[in-house]
Amino acid sequence: MKNAISVLFLISCLLITNGNAESWTGADEKAEEAIKQISPDYEPWFSPVWEPPSGEIESLLFSLQSAIGAFAVGYFVGKSRANKHASNN
Amino acid sequence: MEGFLPPLWATFWFAVSLPAMAYGAVRAKKLINENPRNRALLAVAGGFIFVLSSLKIPSPVTGSCSHPTGTGISTMLFGPSVTAFLSAIVLLYQALLLAHGGITTLGANTASMGFIGPLAGWIVYRGLKDRVSMRMLAFVVAVVADWFTYVVTSIQLALAFPGVSFIKSALTFMGIFALTQIPVAVVEGIFAALLISYIVQTSEDRLTRG
Repeated sequence: MKNAISVLFLISCLLITNGNAESWTGADEKAEEAIKQISPDYEPWFSPVWEPPSGEIESLLFSLQSAIGAFAVGYFVGKSRANKHASNN
Repeated sequence: MEGFLPPLWATFWFAVSLPAMAYGAVRAKKLINENPRNRALLAVAGGFIFVLSSLKIPSPVTGSCSHPTGTGISTMLFGPSVTAFLSAIVLLYQALLLAHGGITTLGANTASMGFIGPLAGWIVYRGLKDRVSMRMLAFVVAVVADWFTYVVTSIQLALAFPGVSFIKSALTFMGIFALTQIPVAVVEGIFAALLISYIVQTSEDRLTRG
C-alpha cells in the first residue's frame, strides 16, 4: 500500500501544479451553478438535515471515512494473508 | 446537491435503486452464508469504496475537484447489485454526516454510483475476463465504472433540468462531471490495479468462477 500512497501523492502534486490558477472547487458546486443558469426559478426543496459546523470538522469526518475504509481493507487483507500463511505451514 | 433534484425525479431514482439495493443486500447475506471468507472480501470491497469516495481529487481538465467512486473492486468480485448496497451505505454516511450528496438525492446517487456505473464496468469485466491480466482488468473495470457513474449523473441532471433542449443540458452537465472525471477515474483505476494483487490470492475462486 506504500506504493499506492506515493502514487496518489505524486499524482495530486502533478495535477495541481499543472493546472492554472484555478479555484479547485467541487464539481457538484459547479453543477449547482449550472442548474441555476438553466432553471433560474428552481429553489432546492430540501436542505441537509445536519451540516458539519466548520471546514475543519468536515475534513475530520472525511478523514474518518477514509480511516474506516482503510481499516477494513488492511485488516481483512492482512488477516486472510496470515491465515493462508498459517495453513501453509 | 441536497434538494436539487425535483421530487418527481428523486422518487423515480429511488424506485430504480431500491430494488437493486435490496437484492444486493440479500445477495451479500447469502454470499456470507455460503462462504465465511466472503465476509472479508465484502469488507475489503466496501472499505475500498469508503476510502476512494472520501478523496476529493483535483482534476486539471476543468480545475475542479471530484470524488472517485471506488466501486471497481466490488463490481469485479460481486457484480452491480451488491455494489449498489455497499455504495448506499457510503452515500448515507456522506449525506448524514457531511451534507454531501443528500438524502433526497440518495436514490439517484445510488442508481448512478452503485448500479448503472458498476453495471457498465461489469459488462466490460465479462467481456475482457481471461483476455487481459488481472491488474489490467481491475484498472479498466474501475475506470469504466467510475467514469460512467458521472456520465449517468450528467444525464440524471439533464433529465430533471432539460432547459431549452435535453441534449444541450446533458452536454453542459457532462462538461462539468464527465470531463472532470477523466483523470480522477484514471487515478482510481491505478488504485484498483494496486489493490487487486493484494486480494487476488484470497479471491481467486470468486474471480475465476464469476
